[in-house]
Amino acid sequence: MLLIRCPYCGERAEVEFSNGGEAHIDRPRDPMSLTDEEWAQFLYMRDNPKGLIAERWRHAHGCNRFFNAIRDTRTDRFVVTYEIGQPRPEVTPEQAAEAAR
Amino acid sequence: MSLLSRASGRTLGRVPGRGRVNTRRPVRFTFDGRSFEGFEGDTLASALLANGVHLMGRSFKYHRPRGPISAGSDEPNAVVAVGSGPALQTPNLVATQVEVYDGLTAQSQNRFPCLQFDMGAVNNLASPLIPSGFYYKTFMWPRNFWTKVYEPIIRRSAGLGVAPTAPDPDHYAFQYTFCDVLVAGGGPAGLAAALTAAKAGAEVMLADETAEFGGSLLFDRASRIDGLPASEWVERTVAELKKLPNVRMFTRTTVFNYGPHNMVALNERLTDHLSAPNPATPRERLWQVRAKQVVIASGAIERPLVFEGNDRPGVMLASAAQTYLNRYGVACGRRAVIATADDSAYRVALDLLEAGVKIAAIVDIRPKPDSELFRKAKAAGITVLTNSTVQRAHGSQRIHSVELAPVLPGGDVGEGKNHRCDLLLMAGGWTPSLHLFSQSKGKVVYNAELDTYLPGESAQAERSTGSCRGLYDLGEVLADGLKAGVAAAKDAGFEGEVDLPLWEVTSDAIGRGGFTGALPRRGKGLTAMAFVDYQNDVTAKDVKLAVREGFRSIEHIKRYTTTGMATDQGKTSNLNALGIASSALGRPKQQIGLTTFRAPYTPVTFGAFSGHERGDLFDPDRRTPIDPWARSKGAVFEDVSLWRRARYFPQPGEDMDAAVARECLAVRKSVGIFDATTLGKIEVVGPDAAEFMNRMYVNGWTKLGVGKCRYGLMCRENGFVYDDGVVGRIAKDRFHVTTTTGGAAGVLNMMEDYLQTEWQDLNVWLTSTSEEWAVIAVQGPKAREVLAPLVDGLDISHATMPHMSVVEGTIGGIPMRLFRVSFSGELGFEVNVPPSRALEVWERIWEAGKPYDMTPYGTETMHVLRAEKGYIIVGQETDGTATPADAGCGWAVSKLKKDFVGKRSLALPAMQDPDRYQLVGLYTEAPQEVLEEGAQLVASPNEVIPMNKIGHVTSSYHSATLGRSIALAMVSGGRARMGQTLYVPMEDKVIPVTVTSPVFYDAEGARLNV
Ligand SMILES: [Zn+2]
Repeated sequence: MLLIRCPYCGERAEVEFSNGGEAHIDRPRDPMSLTDEEWAQFLYMRDNPKGLIAERWRHAHGCNRFFNAIRDTRTDRFVVTYEIGQPRPEVTPEQAAEAAR
Repeated sequence: MSLLSRASGRTLGRVPGRGRVNTRRPVRFTFDGRSFEGFEGDTLASALLANGVHLMGRSFKYHRPRGPISAGSDEPNAVVAVGSGPALQTPNLVATQVEVYDGLTAQSQNRFPCLQFDMGAVNNLASPLIPSGFYYKTFMWPRNFWTKVYEPIIRRSAGLGVAPTAPDPDHYAFQYTFCDVLVAGGGPAGLAAALTAAKAGAEVMLADETAEFGGSLLFDRASRIDGLPASEWVERTVAELKKLPNVRMFTRTTVFNYGPHNMVALNERLTDHLSAPNPATPRERLWQVRAKQVVIASGAIERPLVFEGNDRPGVMLASAAQTYLNRYGVACGRRAVIATADDSAYRVALDLLEAGVKIAAIVDIRPKPDSELFRKAKAAGITVLTNSTVQRAHGSQRIHSVELAPVLPGGDVGEGKNHRCDLLLMAGGWTPSLHLFSQSKGKVVYNAELDTYLPGESAQAERSTGSCRGLYDLGEVLADGLKAGVAAAKDAGFEGEVDLPLWEVTSDAIGRGGFTGALPRRGKGLTAMAFVDYQNDVTAKDVKLAVREGFRSIEHIKRYTTTGMATDQGKTSNLNALGIASSALGRPKQQIGLTTFRAPYTPVTFGAFSGHERGDLFDPDRRTPIDPWARSKGAVFEDVSLWRRARYFPQPGEDMDAAVARECLAVRKSVGIFDATTLGKIEVVGPDAAEFMNRMYVNGWTKLGVGKCRYGLMCRENGFVYDDGVVGRIAKDRFHVTTTTGGAAGVLNMMEDYLQTEWQDLNVWLTSTSEEWAVIAVQGPKAREVLAPLVDGLDISHATMPHMSVVEGTIGGIPMRLFRVSFSGELGFEVNVPPSRALEVWERIWEAGKPYDMTPYGTETMHVLRAEKGYIIVGQETDGTATPADAGCGWAVSKLKKDFVGKRSLALPAMQDPDRYQLVGLYTEAPQEVLEEGAQLVASPNEVIPMNKIGHVTSSYHSATLGRSIALAMVSGGRARMGQTLYVPMEDKVIPVTVTSPVFYDAEGARLNV
């Protein structure tokens, strides 16, 4: 079972969390101004990387807050977790290599 | 056969003065119905061996007689069932781990009719017909023979134990815990590591799978630590550890799984070794340990040698014989031959000799063994044959002789000589136990010097210490353990200086040794039964055959031959299989690699995994405060999401249809009472509450007045209906939102998601209030007359409190939110009160309703009443592909709002398609015909298969109110089909139906506005 660091509560077991899919996909401010293609892109298209992904997690059985995390999908190692609204942090090559290990 | 077993059965193998068993505490137990005596501290295997019994099982495929080859959890042969009766029998335990107690009953497995004479042994004669991959080859044709003929025969003859058939009467516990340093294995390295990690200040857990700490030191009579015999050093160290408050120690506890992020699973066996356990004590406890650091001190396992007859009872590992002698005080035979590729076997020979066992010969595969032990053995007068091999072991249910033969220059094997013996010991060198390291995702690395695999770079916060990383000298092992403990504590954050104990160690010098693969033999040996994997009956030639048939990857060879796949997970067999595959493939071992080690390390009972989660606790249901009342009235219940709900209230002699018809008519004619507590409730509060509601729901909320209610419909961003429910505006900044019973958690999650991640500009708070309000629905033309006298002077007249309004007040002094809403189509109220007072309020209303013949009704009647009105149920009419318009709720969608969740998607062209499935009503031609929910609709009675489906029935009931059946359906372009005849093809008939409006009763809503 993974150990996940909630930015508000600290490290907790995976069972307390639910995954919320890819992060940093902002809902358009004025959806009606988008073309059908643009809207479909927002609604359905997601990355599925083999490697680092920025994703949303919710501390569902804890503080109930959403936060973001960078995780390596191959190893399930987390590089960092951070609060909603913060930009995606830079990952150094060393951090990436450690996560891929 | 009978002579042999009688002779051996009477020969007691107990050696006075040896072993750690308590000879003052004899215990009686039975094996296959025969009574035996053992001592407290014995395992089933040691006690049987003490009684001269080697034959303990039959092999998996060929039903060959087998005895134990080991003295621990690596045992592949002596697999037994313990306990008796349909519930208490535990199959597939190894006799080398089962501890005896007074009254223990054990049975051998995989034999018929008995262990000594087994019909299945005919498989042994037919062995040339059962080569590797025989499952795949032999039984492919004819196809239907597999399930009818082959499989039943194979299952009966090839298999392990029998699963218990009755529920398990024992109970099991489960616990999460944390520690700084978890030490897996309580041998010398593990004890040393635990001690120093604890002294550094770390919280330490130390676990060992056996009954005692000490590992190899418990059978090591040669070594001295600080001048003490090794076993006394163990006692001293264990006592020291026990005094430390930051150490938790577990015996009979197997570390069986190493999961991600240092989550490690332990299984603690608490009562299996007791004859009269305290019933309050769980049989086993599963520990899930999150360890900052793990020290793997799992030891090494001695390798068998692969030669013809190496599975005969009486053939065992040298270290096992040493363990039986020194730990249990049992000599496993009277005359031993020792086959070795390793110096440690010479110490075993000396130990046995000292205990009075004759050593017929030591045969060493190495050309020029030379060590102090070798010289000691020679000096003791033991015959040592070097550069020699075992050609074949003779004997069926017990070995009686063995042919030893010289290896000639060039590698051929010369003519040999038979040596009489009743015990043949194998010492093929040591295999470091890599299971936990491999489970932690660490990559193993081949070490040419030791000719074995060792732990490579760590993938998690762990380190291996002692013989599991290839150290075999006791002094080195202890020093390595000390270092590992300090390093683990340091990595866990305990940096302080530790006073390292300085232990003075004297022990045998062990030189280079070890052998992998099959021993050289004379002749091709095409029919020789030389076993690599004892438990799965895989022979050397099976592995060679797999290579000849084209298998190259070790993972494929494993699956084709099944080597390493049984409950022992290849503990004794992996390296020999690798050695044979390597020479057959002509490729070095390091290019072939090891197969993956799977968890669990040893088998774990299902009971341990399920813990307390069984019976009523397997899937607990939520119950409302009205549940006891409903039970007292004889309600029939159903599960609705996590809740248990009253479905109907049958009176004597009534079936469901009769009860529902009566309940429906009562609501329509007078008044009914219904427990709606399971509705989800969310309190939406804050200055921006209305704006938040505008964005979340398809409806408009700005103009909803305080004290008014509105039916709210929620879509997902893809435009499809997600949930619905009535929403009341309690104050300008406060909404009382209700959701479907099953949707409450999901709706709150979705609201929180938007609020936290998209609309941080909104000042709104969301609180789940599902558990704060019990809901009593009072529905029917007499509802107001029942309630009016109870609500402490509140004016609930139609003028003051019209349909779709909400008011706060009290009922008999109890705080209440009173909604005037209806899911039945009749005048209706929903009384919201705190759950702690709900039963009291319910009973008061029940009393007040008696003059009106008030009737309790359940979910089934609720469904019929709402279907008569064409009210949808999300998840029944809708299926995740229905828009509000599809579900007949287009009227609820605000045209004025610029945006809401789902609005953009509803504007996509596909959402306007006139052929979309739309909600309609259906009348069957025959009024008493009730359609099946889920039935398909077609346009013509003469459709040919595959039919062109144009819709399906979503709800279908007999309506007592209308005196006929009604149904709701989703039909392609349904609203344009009013009056059309469609067809429902069933297995035995085609039912014609007429498309109609989904509102069957009181279409103008007159009954709501009274
Ligand atoms: Zn949290």
